[in-house]
Amino acid sequence: MTGVYIALSYFDLIIVSTLLLLAGMISIWQRLGVERALGIAALRTVIQLVLIGYVLKILFAMTSPLWTAIAAVIMVALAGREATARQQTRLNGGWSYAIATSSLMMGATLVTAVALVAVIRPEPWFDPRFALPLLGMMLGNTLNGVAVGMERLISTIKREKIAIEARLLLGHSRVDAMRDYVRESSRAGLMHIINAMSAAGIISLPGMMTGQILAGVSPTEAVKYQIMIMFLLAGATAIGVLLATTLTARRLSDERERLRLDRMN
Amino acid sequence: MTNQTTQSGLRLKGITRLGLGPIDLNLASGQITALMGPSGAGKTMLLRAIADLDPAQGNAFINGQDRNEIAPTRWRKRVVYVPAITGWWDEKIRPHFVGADKNTTKQILHALGLESTALDWDVAHISTGEKQRLGLARALVNAMIDATAPEVLLLDEPTSGLDEQNRDMAEKLILKQAQNGATILMVTHDRAQAVRMGAKILNINSGKISTSEVAP
Repeated sequence: MTGVYIALSYFDLIIVSTLLLLAGMISIWQRLGVERALGIAALRTVIQLVLIGYVLKILFAMTSPLWTAIAAVIMVALAGREATARQQTRLNGGWSYAIATSSLMMGATLVTAVALVAVIRPEPWFDPRFALPLLGMMLGNTLNGVAVGMERLISTIKREKIAIEARLLLGHSRVDAMRDYVRESSRAGLMHIINAMSAAGIISLPGMMTGQILAGVSPTEAVKYQIMIMFLLAGATAIGVLLATTLTARRLSDERERLRLDRMN
Repeated sequence: MTNQTTQSGLRLKGITRLGLGPIDLNLASGQITALMGPSGAGKTMLLRAIADLDPAQGNAFINGQDRNEIAPTRWRKRVVYVPAITGWWDEKIRPHFVGADKNTTKQILHALGLESTALDWDVAHISTGEKQRLGLARALVNAMIDATAPEVLLLDEPTSGLDEQNRDMAEKLILKQAQNGATILMVTHDRAQAVRMGAKILNINSGKISTSEVAP
Protein backbone atom coordinates (compact mmCIF):
# COMPACT_ATOMS: atom_id res chain seq x y z
CA MET A 1 0.00 0.00 0.00
CA THR A 2 1.24 3.42 -0.84
CA GLY A 3 -1.62 5.58 0.39
CA VAL A 4 -3.73 5.88 3.47
CA TYR A 5 -7.21 4.46 3.70
CA ILE A 6 -9.68 7.10 4.91
CA ALA A 7 -12.69 5.55 6.65
CA LEU A 8 -16.06 7.26 6.32
CA SER A 9 -18.19 8.09 9.35
CA TYR A 10 -21.98 7.99 9.44
CA PHE A 11 -21.85 11.80 9.64
CA ASP A 12 -20.07 11.80 6.24
CA LEU A 13 -22.97 9.82 4.80
CA ILE A 14 -25.45 12.33 6.20
CA ILE A 15 -23.54 15.10 4.41
CA VAL A 16 -23.82 13.32 1.02
CA SER A 17 -27.47 12.53 1.65
CA THR A 18 -28.13 16.27 1.21
CA LEU A 19 -27.29 15.67 -2.46
CA LEU A 20 -30.04 13.10 -2.57
CA LEU A 21 -32.37 15.75 -1.14
CA LEU A 22 -31.17 18.10 -3.85
CA ALA A 23 -32.04 15.50 -6.50
CA GLY A 24 -35.49 15.16 -4.94
CA MET A 25 -35.99 18.92 -4.91
CA ILE A 26 -34.99 19.17 -8.57
CA SER A 27 -37.57 16.51 -9.36
CA ILE A 28 -40.28 18.44 -7.53
CA TRP A 29 -39.22 21.80 -8.96
CA GLN A 30 -39.04 20.52 -12.55
CA ARG A 31 -42.10 18.29 -12.06
CA LEU A 32 -40.17 15.19 -13.14
CA GLY A 33 -42.34 13.11 -10.85
CA VAL A 34 -39.52 10.81 -9.81
CA GLU A 35 -39.03 12.03 -6.22
CA ARG A 36 -40.90 9.05 -4.79
CA ALA A 37 -38.96 6.57 -6.93
CA LEU A 38 -35.74 8.32 -5.96
CA GLY A 39 -36.59 8.02 -2.29
CA ILE A 40 -37.48 4.36 -2.51
CA ALA A 41 -34.38 3.57 -4.57
CA ALA A 42 -32.17 5.42 -2.09
CA LEU A 43 -33.78 3.55 0.79
CA ARG A 44 -33.21 0.24 -1.04
CA THR A 45 -29.57 1.15 -1.61
CA VAL A 46 -29.06 1.79 2.09
CA ILE A 47 -30.92 -1.28 3.32
CA GLN A 48 -29.51 -3.69 0.73
CA LEU A 49 -25.94 -2.52 1.13
CA VAL A 50 -26.02 -2.41 4.92
CA LEU A 51 -27.47 -5.91 4.98
CA ILE A 52 -24.93 -7.29 2.51
CA GLY A 53 -22.21 -5.53 4.50
CA TYR A 54 -23.15 -7.49 7.60
CA VAL A 55 -23.66 -10.73 5.68
CA LEU A 56 -20.22 -10.40 4.10
CA LYS A 57 -18.67 -9.53 7.45
CA ILE A 58 -20.07 -12.72 8.95
CA LEU A 59 -19.12 -14.83 5.92
CA PHE A 60 -15.58 -13.44 5.88
CA ALA A 61 -15.19 -14.13 9.57
CA MET A 62 -16.33 -17.75 9.19
CA THR A 63 -14.25 -18.64 6.12
CA SER A 64 -16.42 -21.73 5.83
CA PRO A 65 -16.40 -23.63 2.53
CA LEU A 66 -20.03 -24.62 3.04
CA TRP A 67 -21.31 -21.11 3.71
CA THR A 68 -19.21 -19.66 0.91
CA ALA A 69 -20.72 -22.24 -1.44
CA ILE A 70 -24.24 -21.46 -0.23
CA ALA A 71 -23.66 -17.75 -0.82
CA ALA A 72 -22.31 -18.52 -4.31
CA VAL A 73 -25.34 -20.65 -5.17
CA ILE A 74 -27.71 -17.89 -4.06
CA MET A 75 -25.76 -15.35 -6.11
CA VAL A 76 -25.90 -17.54 -9.23
CA ALA A 77 -29.63 -18.18 -8.77
CA LEU A 78 -30.38 -14.47 -8.39
CA ALA A 79 -28.19 -13.62 -11.38
CA GLY A 80 -30.12 -16.14 -13.50
CA ARG A 81 -33.36 -14.47 -12.48
CA GLU A 82 -31.93 -11.06 -13.30
CA ALA A 83 -30.72 -12.24 -16.72
CA THR A 84 -34.20 -13.39 -17.73
CA ALA A 85 -36.36 -10.87 -15.85
CA ARG A 86 -36.53 -8.32 -18.65
CA GLN A 87 -36.58 -10.64 -21.65
CA GLN A 88 -39.63 -9.88 -23.75
CA THR A 89 -40.06 -13.37 -25.16
CA ARG A 90 -39.16 -16.27 -22.98
CA LEU A 91 -38.92 -20.01 -23.44
CA ASN A 92 -41.82 -21.92 -21.92
CA GLY A 93 -41.58 -24.05 -18.82
CA GLY A 94 -38.83 -22.10 -17.09
CA TRP A 95 -36.31 -22.98 -19.79
CA SER A 96 -35.07 -19.41 -20.13
CA TYR A 97 -34.20 -19.33 -16.46
CA ALA A 98 -32.65 -22.79 -16.56
CA ILE A 99 -30.48 -21.96 -19.56
CA ALA A 100 -29.43 -18.54 -18.25
CA THR A 101 -28.58 -19.91 -14.81
CA SER A 102 -26.60 -22.87 -16.05
CA SER A 103 -24.71 -20.71 -18.54
CA LEU A 104 -23.87 -18.20 -15.81
CA MET A 105 -22.80 -20.99 -13.53
CA MET A 106 -20.49 -22.48 -16.14
CA GLY A 107 -19.08 -19.12 -17.21
CA ALA A 108 -18.76 -17.14 -14.01
CA THR A 109 -18.17 -19.94 -11.52
CA LEU A 110 -15.62 -21.75 -13.63
CA VAL A 111 -13.61 -18.61 -14.35
CA THR A 112 -13.78 -17.49 -10.71
CA ALA A 113 -12.51 -20.87 -9.55
CA VAL A 114 -9.66 -20.80 -12.05
CA ALA A 115 -8.71 -17.26 -10.97
CA LEU A 116 -8.72 -18.25 -7.31
CA VAL A 117 -6.78 -21.47 -7.69
CA ALA A 118 -4.31 -20.48 -10.39
CA VAL A 119 -3.88 -16.70 -10.23
CA ILE A 120 -4.75 -15.00 -6.94
CA ARG A 121 -4.16 -18.10 -4.77
CA PRO A 122 -5.56 -16.88 -1.44
CA GLU A 123 -5.21 -19.11 1.60
CA PRO A 124 -7.54 -21.05 1.70
CA TRP A 125 -8.39 -20.83 -2.01
CA PHE A 126 -12.11 -20.38 -1.36
CA ASP A 127 -11.52 -17.48 1.08
CA PRO A 128 -14.87 -15.65 0.79
CA ARG A 129 -13.12 -12.26 0.94
CA PHE A 130 -11.76 -13.04 -2.53
CA ALA A 131 -14.21 -15.60 -3.86
CA LEU A 132 -17.49 -13.75 -3.34
CA PRO A 133 -16.63 -10.28 -4.69
CA LEU A 134 -14.88 -11.90 -7.64
CA LEU A 135 -17.86 -14.14 -8.37
CA GLY A 136 -20.14 -11.15 -8.03
CA MET A 137 -18.18 -9.19 -10.61
CA MET A 138 -18.13 -12.17 -13.00
CA LEU A 139 -21.86 -12.76 -12.59
CA GLY A 140 -22.78 -9.10 -13.00
CA ASN A 141 -21.00 -8.84 -16.33
CA THR A 142 -21.77 -12.30 -17.65
CA LEU A 143 -25.46 -11.92 -16.97
CA ASN A 144 -25.44 -8.83 -19.12
CA GLY A 145 -23.98 -10.77 -22.06
CA VAL A 146 -26.21 -13.79 -21.48
CA ALA A 147 -29.33 -11.61 -21.35
CA VAL A 148 -28.42 -9.73 -24.53
CA GLY A 149 -27.39 -12.89 -26.37
CA MET A 150 -30.53 -14.84 -25.50
CA GLU A 151 -32.85 -11.94 -26.16
CA ARG A 152 -31.27 -11.28 -29.55
CA LEU A 153 -31.32 -14.94 -30.57
CA ILE A 154 -34.94 -15.49 -29.59
CA SER A 155 -36.15 -12.38 -31.40
CA THR A 156 -34.05 -13.17 -34.50
CA ILE A 157 -35.26 -16.76 -34.72
CA LYS A 158 -38.83 -15.51 -34.38
CA ARG A 159 -38.26 -12.98 -37.17
CA GLU A 160 -36.35 -15.34 -39.46
CA LYS A 161 -38.68 -18.30 -39.06
CA ILE A 162 -39.44 -18.56 -42.78
CA ALA A 163 -35.76 -18.38 -43.76
CA ILE A 164 -34.77 -21.00 -41.15
CA GLU A 165 -37.52 -23.34 -42.25
CA ALA A 166 -36.52 -22.81 -45.88
CA ARG A 167 -33.13 -24.24 -45.01
CA LEU A 168 -34.58 -27.12 -43.01
CA LEU A 169 -36.79 -27.92 -46.00
CA LEU A 170 -33.72 -28.22 -48.19
CA GLY A 171 -32.37 -30.84 -45.82
CA HIS A 172 -30.07 -28.63 -43.76
CA SER A 173 -29.64 -29.58 -40.12
CA ARG A 174 -30.96 -27.33 -37.38
CA VAL A 175 -27.38 -26.42 -36.48
CA ASP A 176 -26.67 -25.28 -40.04
CA ALA A 177 -30.00 -23.51 -40.35
CA MET A 178 -29.44 -21.47 -37.18
CA ARG A 179 -25.66 -21.10 -37.13
CA ASP A 180 -25.59 -17.55 -38.51
CA TYR A 181 -28.12 -16.37 -35.95
CA VAL A 182 -26.38 -18.05 -33.04
CA ARG A 183 -23.15 -16.40 -34.16
CA GLU A 184 -24.74 -12.98 -34.55
CA SER A 185 -26.41 -13.06 -31.15
CA SER A 186 -23.25 -14.34 -29.46
CA ARG A 187 -21.40 -11.41 -30.96
CA ALA A 188 -24.06 -9.05 -29.60
CA GLY A 189 -23.68 -10.62 -26.17
CA LEU A 190 -19.92 -10.07 -26.21
CA MET A 191 -20.12 -6.45 -27.38
CA HIS A 192 -20.49 -5.13 -23.83
CA ILE A 193 -17.26 -6.59 -22.51
CA ILE A 194 -15.38 -5.65 -25.70
CA ASN A 195 -16.57 -2.07 -25.30
CA ALA A 196 -15.62 -2.11 -21.62
CA MET A 197 -12.11 -3.33 -22.41
CA SER A 198 -11.72 -0.76 -25.20
CA ALA A 199 -12.88 2.11 -23.03
CA ALA A 200 -11.01 1.04 -19.88
CA GLY A 201 -8.67 3.74 -18.71
CA ILE A 202 -9.54 6.18 -21.48
CA ILE A 203 -13.19 6.91 -21.04
CA SER A 204 -13.80 5.26 -17.70
CA LEU A 205 -11.77 4.21 -14.72
CA PRO A 206 -13.22 0.80 -13.86
CA GLY A 207 -15.03 0.70 -10.52
CA MET A 208 -12.87 -1.91 -8.91
CA MET A 209 -9.67 -0.08 -9.79
CA THR A 210 -11.11 3.17 -8.48
CA GLY A 211 -12.04 1.35 -5.29
CA GLN A 212 -8.56 -0.02 -4.81
CA ILE A 213 -7.00 3.39 -5.43
CA LEU A 214 -9.35 4.96 -2.90
CA ALA A 215 -8.40 2.22 -0.47
CA GLY A 216 -4.77 3.28 -0.78
CA VAL A 217 -3.40 0.79 -3.29
CA SER A 218 -0.85 2.21 -5.72
CA PRO A 219 -2.43 2.88 -9.15
CA THR A 220 0.05 0.61 -10.93
CA GLU A 221 -0.90 -2.26 -8.59
CA ALA A 222 -4.60 -1.52 -9.00
CA VAL A 223 -4.13 -1.58 -12.77
CA LYS A 224 -2.69 -5.10 -12.64
CA TYR A 225 -5.72 -6.31 -10.74
CA GLN A 226 -8.03 -4.55 -13.16
CA ILE A 227 -6.37 -6.10 -16.21
CA MET A 228 -6.77 -9.52 -14.65
CA ILE A 229 -10.44 -8.80 -13.92
CA MET A 230 -11.06 -7.64 -17.48
CA PHE A 231 -9.57 -10.80 -18.95
CA LEU A 232 -11.49 -12.97 -16.52
CA LEU A 233 -14.66 -11.13 -17.46
CA ALA A 234 -13.99 -11.66 -21.15
CA GLY A 235 -13.52 -15.39 -20.56
CA ALA A 236 -16.55 -15.75 -18.32
CA THR A 237 -18.76 -13.76 -20.69
CA ALA A 238 -17.60 -15.73 -23.72
CA ILE A 239 -18.32 -19.08 -22.06
CA GLY A 240 -21.65 -17.89 -20.67
CA VAL A 241 -22.88 -16.27 -23.87
CA LEU A 242 -21.87 -19.15 -26.13
CA LEU A 243 -23.52 -21.68 -23.85
CA ALA A 244 -26.68 -19.60 -23.50
CA THR A 245 -27.15 -19.04 -27.23
CA THR A 246 -26.29 -22.63 -28.17
CA LEU A 247 -28.66 -24.07 -25.58
CA THR A 248 -31.41 -21.62 -26.58
CA ALA A 249 -31.07 -22.63 -30.24
CA ARG A 250 -31.23 -26.28 -29.23
CA ARG A 251 -34.33 -25.71 -27.15
CA LEU A 252 -36.03 -23.89 -30.03
CA SER A 253 -35.51 -26.89 -32.30
CA ASP A 254 -35.73 -30.64 -31.86
CA GLU A 255 -33.99 -33.84 -32.81
CA ARG A 256 -36.25 -34.18 -35.89
CA GLU A 257 -34.53 -31.01 -37.18
CA ARG A 258 -37.62 -28.88 -36.71
CA LEU A 259 -38.00 -25.31 -35.55
CA ARG A 260 -40.05 -25.30 -32.33
CA LEU A 261 -41.39 -21.79 -31.86
CA ASP A 262 -44.20 -23.36 -29.83
CA ARG A 263 -41.62 -23.63 -27.05
CA MET A 264 -41.63 -19.88 -26.45
CA ASN A 265 -44.37 -17.55 -25.39
CA MET B 1 -56.03 -49.79 -52.77
CA THR B 2 -53.99 -52.93 -52.74
CA ASN B 3 -50.81 -53.36 -50.85
CA GLN B 4 -48.79 -53.32 -54.02
CA THR B 5 -49.75 -49.79 -55.01
CA THR B 6 -48.95 -48.48 -51.53
CA GLN B 7 -45.40 -49.69 -51.86
CA SER B 8 -44.52 -47.08 -54.45
CA GLY B 9 -45.26 -43.47 -53.57
CA LEU B 10 -46.35 -41.71 -50.40
CA ARG B 11 -48.55 -43.25 -47.76
CA LEU B 12 -49.96 -41.34 -44.81
CA LYS B 13 -51.31 -43.14 -41.80
CA GLY B 14 -53.35 -41.30 -39.18
CA ILE B 15 -51.66 -37.91 -39.60
CA THR B 16 -53.17 -35.77 -36.83
CA ARG B 17 -52.29 -32.32 -35.55
CA LEU B 18 -54.45 -29.73 -33.78
CA GLY B 19 -57.64 -29.60 -35.87
CA LEU B 20 -56.19 -31.70 -38.66
CA GLY B 21 -56.91 -35.33 -39.37
CA PRO B 22 -56.61 -38.15 -38.73
CA ILE B 23 -55.66 -38.40 -42.37
CA ASP B 24 -54.93 -41.61 -44.25
CA LEU B 25 -53.82 -41.30 -47.83
CA ASN B 26 -52.16 -43.35 -50.50
CA LEU B 27 -50.55 -41.30 -53.24
CA ALA B 28 -49.05 -43.37 -56.00
CA SER B 29 -45.80 -42.50 -57.64
CA GLY B 30 -46.29 -40.46 -60.80
CA GLN B 31 -49.69 -39.31 -59.61
CA ILE B 32 -50.67 -35.65 -59.28
CA THR B 33 -53.11 -34.84 -56.50
CA ALA B 34 -54.68 -31.42 -56.05
CA LEU B 35 -55.55 -30.51 -52.49
CA MET B 36 -58.44 -28.05 -52.49
CA GLY B 37 -60.46 -26.40 -49.78
CA PRO B 38 -61.25 -23.09 -48.11
CA SER B 39 -58.61 -21.08 -46.25
CA GLY B 40 -57.95 -22.53 -42.83
CA ALA B 41 -59.11 -25.99 -43.87
CA GLY B 42 -55.71 -27.45 -43.02
CA LYS B 43 -54.06 -27.73 -46.43
CA THR B 44 -50.75 -26.13 -45.44
CA MET B 45 -50.84 -27.84 -42.05
CA LEU B 46 -51.07 -31.19 -43.81
CA LEU B 47 -48.13 -30.44 -46.11
CA ARG B 48 -46.06 -29.27 -43.13
CA ALA B 49 -46.92 -32.42 -41.21
CA ILE B 50 -45.86 -34.61 -44.14
CA ALA B 51 -42.58 -32.69 -44.45
CA ASP B 52 -42.15 -33.31 -40.71
CA LEU B 53 -41.89 -29.57 -39.98
CA ASP B 54 -44.32 -29.74 -37.06
CA PRO B 55 -44.76 -32.46 -34.51
CA ALA B 56 -47.81 -34.49 -35.48
CA GLN B 57 -49.24 -37.88 -34.63
CA GLY B 58 -49.34 -40.58 -37.23
CA ASN B 59 -46.77 -41.65 -39.69
CA ALA B 60 -45.70 -41.33 -43.29
CA PHE B 61 -44.04 -43.85 -45.59
CA ILE B 62 -42.16 -43.33 -48.80
CA ASN B 63 -42.03 -46.38 -51.07
CA GLY B 64 -42.97 -48.41 -48.03
CA GLN B 65 -40.16 -47.00 -45.92
CA ASP B 66 -41.08 -45.64 -42.47
CA ARG B 67 -40.35 -41.92 -41.97
CA ASN B 68 -39.04 -42.61 -38.48
CA GLU B 69 -36.29 -44.73 -39.96
CA ILE B 70 -35.09 -41.95 -42.23
CA ALA B 71 -33.01 -39.03 -40.96
CA PRO B 72 -35.10 -35.84 -41.16
CA THR B 73 -32.47 -34.10 -43.31
CA ARG B 74 -32.68 -37.02 -45.76
CA TRP B 75 -36.47 -37.17 -45.58
CA ARG B 76 -36.80 -33.55 -46.67
CA LYS B 77 -34.55 -34.13 -49.65
CA ARG B 78 -36.77 -36.99 -50.78
CA VAL B 79 -40.07 -35.42 -49.77
CA VAL B 80 -39.63 -31.92 -51.12
CA TYR B 81 -41.95 -29.30 -49.68
CA VAL B 82 -42.12 -25.90 -51.39
CA PRO B 83 -44.13 -23.51 -49.20
CA ALA B 84 -46.32 -20.75 -50.59
CA ILE B 85 -44.00 -18.12 -49.13
CA THR B 86 -40.39 -18.87 -49.95
CA GLY B 87 -37.71 -18.07 -47.38
CA TRP B 88 -34.29 -16.61 -48.17
CA TRP B 89 -31.36 -16.47 -45.78
CA ASP B 90 -28.87 -14.58 -47.91
CA GLU B 91 -29.10 -11.24 -49.69
CA LYS B 92 -28.16 -12.85 -53.03
CA ILE B 93 -29.88 -15.69 -54.84
CA ARG B 94 -26.71 -17.64 -55.66
CA PRO B 95 -25.80 -18.86 -52.14
CA HIS B 96 -29.19 -20.58 -52.06
CA PHE B 97 -28.06 -22.83 -54.89
CA VAL B 98 -24.75 -23.91 -53.36
CA GLY B 99 -23.85 -27.51 -54.14
CA ALA B 100 -26.23 -27.75 -57.06
CA ASP B 101 -25.16 -29.04 -60.44
CA LYS B 102 -24.62 -26.12 -62.84
CA ASN B 103 -26.33 -27.72 -65.82
CA THR B 104 -29.30 -28.96 -63.83
CA THR B 105 -29.73 -25.50 -62.37
CA LYS B 106 -29.60 -23.93 -65.79
CA GLN B 107 -32.12 -26.39 -67.20
CA ILE B 108 -34.60 -25.94 -64.39
CA LEU B 109 -34.28 -22.16 -64.47
CA HIS B 110 -34.86 -22.22 -68.24
CA ALA B 111 -37.89 -24.44 -67.84
CA LEU B 112 -39.32 -21.72 -65.57
CA GLY B 113 -38.48 -18.93 -67.99
CA LEU B 114 -35.44 -17.70 -66.05
CA GLU B 115 -31.85 -17.14 -67.17
CA SER B 116 -28.82 -18.27 -65.20
CA THR B 117 -28.16 -14.59 -64.48
CA ALA B 118 -31.10 -14.80 -62.07
CA LEU B 119 -28.57 -16.27 -59.64
CA ASP B 120 -26.93 -12.85 -59.43
CA TRP B 121 -30.12 -11.11 -58.37
CA ASP B 122 -30.68 -9.52 -54.98
CA VAL B 123 -33.47 -11.15 -53.00
CA ALA B 124 -34.70 -7.72 -51.94
CA HIS B 125 -35.22 -6.57 -55.51
CA ILE B 126 -37.23 -9.41 -57.01
CA SER B 127 -40.98 -9.84 -57.37
CA THR B 128 -43.22 -12.36 -55.64
CA GLY B 129 -43.54 -14.33 -58.87
CA GLU B 130 -39.79 -14.45 -59.35
CA LYS B 131 -39.33 -15.58 -55.77
CA GLN B 132 -41.91 -18.26 -56.29
CA ARG B 133 -40.22 -19.59 -59.44
CA LEU B 134 -36.76 -19.41 -57.87
CA GLY B 135 -38.08 -21.16 -54.75
CA LEU B 136 -39.41 -24.03 -56.86
CA ALA B 137 -36.18 -24.20 -58.85
CA ARG B 138 -34.10 -24.22 -55.68
CA ALA B 139 -36.09 -27.08 -54.20
CA LEU B 140 -35.93 -29.19 -57.35
CA VAL B 141 -32.24 -28.58 -57.96
CA ASN B 142 -31.46 -29.33 -54.31
CA ALA B 143 -33.35 -32.61 -54.46
CA MET B 144 -31.29 -33.58 -57.50
CA ILE B 145 -27.94 -33.09 -55.76
CA ASP B 146 -27.79 -36.70 -54.66
CA ALA B 147 -30.70 -38.22 -56.55
CA THR B 148 -31.83 -38.16 -60.14
CA ALA B 149 -35.24 -36.70 -59.31
CA PRO B 150 -37.36 -35.79 -56.28
CA GLU B 151 -39.55 -38.66 -55.10
CA VAL B 152 -42.35 -36.61 -53.57
CA LEU B 153 -43.24 -32.98 -54.24
CA LEU B 154 -45.46 -31.08 -51.83
CA LEU B 155 -46.33 -27.81 -53.52
CA ASP B 156 -48.26 -25.07 -51.74
CA GLU B 157 -49.94 -22.93 -54.40
CA PRO B 158 -46.89 -23.11 -56.66
CA THR B 159 -48.29 -20.82 -59.36
CA SER B 160 -50.43 -18.38 -57.36
CA GLY B 161 -48.21 -15.37 -58.09
CA LEU B 162 -47.45 -16.15 -61.72
CA ASP B 163 -48.77 -14.71 -64.97
CA GLU B 164 -50.35 -17.09 -67.47
CA GLN B 165 -47.20 -17.74 -69.48
CA ASN B 166 -45.04 -18.47 -66.45
CA ARG B 167 -47.82 -20.50 -64.89
CA ASP B 168 -47.96 -22.73 -67.98
CA MET B 169 -44.20 -23.25 -67.83
CA ALA B 170 -44.33 -24.13 -64.14
CA GLU B 171 -47.19 -26.57 -64.73
CA LYS B 172 -45.22 -28.21 -67.51
CA LEU B 173 -42.20 -28.61 -65.25
CA ILE B 174 -44.35 -30.11 -62.50
CA LEU B 175 -45.96 -32.51 -64.98
CA LYS B 176 -42.51 -33.56 -66.11
CA GLN B 177 -41.56 -34.40 -62.52
CA ALA B 178 -44.65 -36.62 -62.32
CA GLN B 179 -43.71 -38.32 -65.56
CA ASN B 180 -40.31 -39.01 -64.04
CA GLY B 181 -42.08 -40.80 -61.21
CA ALA B 182 -42.53 -38.12 -58.57
CA THR B 183 -45.59 -38.27 -56.34
CA ILE B 184 -47.11 -34.80 -56.35
CA LEU B 185 -49.44 -33.29 -53.79
CA MET B 186 -50.32 -29.74 -54.71
CA VAL B 187 -52.43 -27.15 -52.94
CA THR B 188 -54.41 -25.05 -55.38
CA HIS B 189 -57.48 -22.85 -55.38
CA ASP B 190 -57.81 -23.20 -59.13
CA ARG B 191 -59.99 -26.12 -60.18
CA ALA B 192 -59.17 -25.46 -63.83
CA GLN B 193 -55.51 -25.97 -63.02
CA ALA B 194 -56.21 -29.32 -61.41
CA VAL B 195 -58.19 -30.35 -64.47
CA ARG B 196 -55.47 -29.11 -66.82
CA MET B 197 -52.86 -31.14 -65.01
CA GLY B 198 -55.01 -34.25 -64.88
CA ALA B 199 -54.88 -34.25 -61.11
CA LYS B 200 -56.96 -36.26 -58.74
CA ILE B 201 -58.77 -33.73 -56.55
CA LEU B 202 -58.95 -34.07 -52.79
CA ASN B 203 -61.26 -31.71 -50.96
CA ILE B 204 -60.28 -30.87 -47.43
CA ASN B 205 -62.60 -29.19 -44.99
CA SER B 206 -62.10 -28.45 -41.30
CA GLY B 207 -59.05 -30.68 -41.26
CA LYS B 208 -60.78 -33.69 -42.80
CA ILE B 209 -60.59 -34.98 -46.35
CA SER B 210 -64.19 -34.81 -47.41
CA THR B 211 -64.31 -36.02 -50.97
CA SER B 212 -61.97 -37.22 -53.59
CA GLU B 213 -62.70 -37.05 -57.27
CA VAL B 214 -60.89 -37.66 -60.49
CA ALA B 215 -60.72 -34.63 -62.72
CA PRO B 216 -62.55 -35.13 -66.03
